[in-house]
Amino acid sequence: MNLLQHIGRYTLLVMKVFDRPEKHRMYYKRLLRELGVLGINSIGIVAIISFFMGAVITIQTAYNTENPLYPAYLIGLAARDSILLEFSSTIVALILAGKVGSNIASEIGTMKVTEQIDALEIMGVNSAGYIILPKIVALIIFAPFLSILSMLIGIFGGWIAGVSVGVVTTADYVYGIQYAFIPYYITYSLIKSVIFAFIITSVSSYHGYYTSGGALEVGRSSTLAVVHSSVVILLFNLILTQLLLS
Amino acid sequence: MIEVRHITKSFAGQKVLDDVSTIFDQGKTNLIIGRSGSGKTVLLKCIVGLLEADGGEVLYGGQCFTAMSGNDRKKIRQKFGMLFQGAALFDSLSVEENVKFNLDMFTVMSDHEKRERVDFCLRRVNLENKNHLYPSELSGGMKKRAAIARAIVMNPRYLFCDEPNSGLDPETAIMIDRLIKEITEEFNMTTIINTHDINSVLAIGEKVIFIHNGKKWWEGTKEEILEDENPELNNFVFAARAIKKMKKFEDI
Repeated sequence: MNLLQHIGRYTLLVMKVFDRPEKHRMYYKRLLRELGVLGINSIGIVAIISFFMGAVITIQTAYNTENPLYPAYLIGLAARDSILLEFSSTIVALILAGKVGSNIASEIGTMKVTEQIDALEIMGVNSAGYIILPKIVALIIFAPFLSILSMLIGIFGGWIAGVSVGVVTTADYVYGIQYAFIPYYITYSLIKSVIFAFIITSVSSYHGYYTSGGALEVGRSSTLAVVHSSVVILLFNLILTQLLLS
Repeated sequence: MIEVRHITKSFAGQKVLDDVSTIFDQGKTNLIIGRSGSGKTVLLKCIVGLLEADGGEVLYGGQCFTAMSGNDRKKIRQKFGMLFQGAALFDSLSVEENVKFNLDMFTVMSDHEKRERVDFCLRRVNLENKNHLYPSELSGGMKKRAAIARAIVMNPRYLFCDEPNSGLDPETAIMIDRLIKEITEEFNMTTIINTHDINSVLAIGEKVIFIHNGKKWWEGTKEEILEDENPELNNFVFAARAIKKMKKFEDI
């Protein structure tokens, strides 16, 4: 299949996903499950990576601005803007594409090859809607929360590392993260996180839903889901940056 | 009653089903038999709409299923029950939740009524007290029985079984066959079973359709199978040594 055929099939699947649910209560129950699997289970990895990335950003900024002409608060300011503008949305989305994307593709792919999706269709259930819609909604709800969590932990990690290594004082760092603060950067980051959440869940679900064969193909779908989600995220990052910051 | 008219299906230019027409009777176990790769699974999938036929029609009680809109198909599918080759139970749900799934999705029954219905279906397939087990904790035969319970929970008018006793020991296979036959008569369903197990054919095949090279090669009853001289049918049916001996014995 060529790229256009994939885009066409993806579009049709997304339309099927947003078809009217048979029974809202059943979808709601599944949504609660997905909030746990996709959202709450991702808090740990996002927290760990955010802490260390915040720390590294601060230390690298400090070593690259060892010039007496640069004010010390610049370290906190640079760390804050890097975390807010790129790390908490784009990098966290790429991490989630790896963790959540592979989980979604392998789960749906396994359901496909073991005929569980066919079983839903035979029952008269919109299988795409029932399986995929709660995943999309769950991550869209949870991604902004993960993004905010990542911002807080990243900035905290930067402070711990900066002060521990001795490259910045607490006063300079705190002044830096408050200096010339633009609240819109948070809105920008949250908008990106919502769009990336949709990309991760829908692209990964697409790969899982059209898996055919056996265990080998499930693994292949899982890999493709991560690769394609990541590429689409990077592409949309470029588009959104131009649209939202220009 | 299900009627199939001139069904054709090709994959990548290769004809898998070629002008297949037949009628599956209500209240009977209708068997589709044939070698692996003969097209019987494709025929079953075309009948239930999991695959779209290239040509021909499928009629349920006179209503043309192939010409129906998606929503009409959904409605008629609520009268379907299907037993898949690997049971296709939902891994994340317990046996009870699997059986209850259709009731939750399509009925307004109270929790008490649902529990009673689920218990009845599980008792019917001899799986009482297994409500809280998960599919991974069940044996092959138990999975098939749980899948049968799930298939009959909505009192379906049509039951489809794809290789219902594949991967089962002979004793469990006989039990599953017997169970399918009993529930077919009990609920007066139109049952279509896709199999290559000749023991099943001889045990429960009230109407048998033999598919060979994508064509309907032969049609008849289990009694007629043993007497027919069709060479392809004989090659398939009497491939097993024991059945061959039985044929020789009958000839004498």
